[in-house]
Amino acid sequence: MSALVKLNGVSKSFIRGKEELRVLTDIDLSIEEGDFFALMGPSGSGKTTLLNLIGGLDTTTAGYVQVGDTRLDELSSKALAKWRSEHVGFVFQFYNLLPVLTAQRNVELPLLLTKLSRSQRKSNAATALKVVGLEDRADHRPGELSGGQQQRVAIARAFVADPEILVCDEPTGDLDRDTADEILGLLELLNRDHGKTIIMVTHDPKAADHASHVLHLDKGRLVDQVSA
Amino acid sequence: MSRLGLMWSGLFRRRVRTCLTVFSIMIAFLLFGLLRSIADVFSVGVDIAGADRLMVAPKYSIIDPIPYRYISEIRAVDGVEAVTHANWFGGTYQDPRNFFPRYPVTPREYFDLYPELRMPAEQLDAFDNTRTGAVASVALAEKYGWAIGDKIPIEADIWPKKGGDRLWVFDLVGLYSVAGNASAQDVFLLNYAYFDEARQFGEGEVGNFIVRVTDPNLAAEVSRAIDALFENSMAPTRTATEAEMQREMFNQAGRIGLVMTAILGAVFFTIVLLTGNTIAQSLRERIPEFAVLKTLGFTNGGVASLVLGEAVLLCLVGGALGLGVAALLTPWVAGTVENILPGIELGWTIVATGLGVAMLLGLAIGVLPALSANRLQIVDALRARG
Ligand SMILES: Nc1ncnc2c1ncn2[C@@H]1O[C@H](COP(=O)(O)OP(=O)(O)OP(=O)(O)O)[C@@H](O)[C@H]1O
Ligand SMILES: [Mg+2]
Repeated sequence: MSALVKLNGVSKSFIRGKEELRVLTDIDLSIEEGDFFALMGPSGSGKTTLLNLIGGLDTTTAGYVQVGDTRLDELSSKALAKWRSEHVGFVFQFYNLLPVLTAQRNVELPLLLTKLSRSQRKSNAATALKVVGLEDRADHRPGELSGGQQQRVAIARAFVADPEILVCDEPTGDLDRDTADEILGLLELLNRDHGKTIIMVTHDPKAADHASHVLHLDKGRLVDQVSA
Repeated sequence: MSRLGLMWSGLFRRRVRTCLTVFSIMIAFLLFGLLRSIADVFSVGVDIAGADRLMVAPKYSIIDPIPYRYISEIRAVDGVEAVTHANWFGGTYQDPRNFFPRYPVTPREYFDLYPELRMPAEQLDAFDNTRTGAVASVALAEKYGWAIGDKIPIEADIWPKKGGDRLWVFDLVGLYSVAGNASAQDVFLLNYAYFDEARQFGEGEVGNFIVRVTDPNLAAEVSRAIDALFENSMAPTRTATEAEMQREMFNQAGRIGLVMTAILGAVFFTIVLLTGNTIAQSLRERIPEFAVLKTLGFTNGGVASLVLGEAVLLCLVGGALGLGVAALLTPWVAGTVENILPGIELGWTIVATGLGVAMLLGLAIGVLPALSANRLQIVDALRARG
């Protein structure tokens, strides 16, 4: 297997006023294609920040992130947006669905950026909803769905445009144990049967059990890398 | 779903708020439509040539005749530059439904008084020289398929010929065009000399005189002077004050226009403030949503145009509704004030202008929110929520 995601000497600081806050220090990391990768660590250790860098939502202060042949630091903000639409799907702790849109339309959103026709968009979104087991809730709005259901919709939205990587920031953080296990099962299915590379931040050791690799972050540095 | 659908859905985040916003925009454009259609009447008035023309009509009834010989006395009044006369000929062309006015006139005089009627000189000569000659507006000729050289038969009702013959046949010798768009000038003109000589009765009488004054400001004075001349005669006159009223209207039109512009300005300013504030508020609430769109790969420009589009859409919907209601109300308004202010109409130019204004309004309202949506940093926006 080859490395799909490579971080090379990545550091990240935030500047707030006159202070510079160093969040990530000199991170080297490579994630194989088809991996289910978990990132753990105490609150404030920089997990979300690292995930955002990998997903191309933010840019490094030093070092670079490379995905496939693409160095993200070399992309303009417009090119980066296009790259995200094609290569990464995001799943957040609080689902981040658009409240005015039905489940079906939320899932369809990323497809607005593709060349697919209206009917193809519709049918692809319907298929994605079927994969997450929510085809009968297609016309419900997020407010009419449970947390677990909303997260399924968010997952459907994340993979509907067929990206290689799913980036998940505490996807089960707001869910009870059983629902969390369902969501993790779904991610595992996407990893195993659909070949998605998954990079997941979690506080939950049981969630990390689903991963093939677990990595700990502490105060912005990688601590170890434990193979499952 | 399409991008338009996405914009549209944004409007339904807060239904009540959106409805109120659309409602206030609608009211603004309802006002716009009504005020513009009223203002247009005034501007049409301004366009009509002939602020310097007076009508001398019989004092008591428009069907009373006036002696033709008055013309020299009127011509001698101070401030009168030119005078001509006209009659109501009546009659029927083929079918009573073919209605258009027919006036016996003295060709050169008449065309001199109505410079907005344009006809080639040789046709005017022909009209002047042909006893049975007649001319018509190009529009009339088109309507009835006439060409120069045609014989136009008119069946008399008021004016039979000597001997009782009711059929008048005229030779069409000229076609004039009308500068501006005064459709009231679509008339059929025939030679008074022939008419007066050939008619069975009423010789030497005319229906009214048309007077051009040297200075529109003298209109009232000249009117009084003319009426004074004939006050104690068999045929007293009333010199119509239309020109005078029109002249007053011209003066007022400017002021009315100013008032209307001020009202509209105030209304739109208020709308911009209120709607702008509402939309800005709606945007602030949706910052996390815009951040999510950006994570999905929507570009900064894409999200900004979504915001801008939403504002424009909102204003266009409100504008279209307002103009629509104005279009429904205009005939009613026009009907109620027909006697004081005829011709109120919500034309397509007003609708088009209104929609243009609505679009500009949307752009003006949307530009600042769009800029901040454009600048929005994903990471910051997501942290604000999480
Ligand atoms: N955009 C930002 N501006 C300023 N400081 C930031 C920003 N993003 C993160 N930080 C800071 O960086 C540090 C790491 O934040 P991060 O969100 O990556 O932690 P985390 O490991 O995901 O924590 P949690 O488990 O609580 O989500 C925190 O101290 C945070 O305050
Ligand atoms: Mg975090």
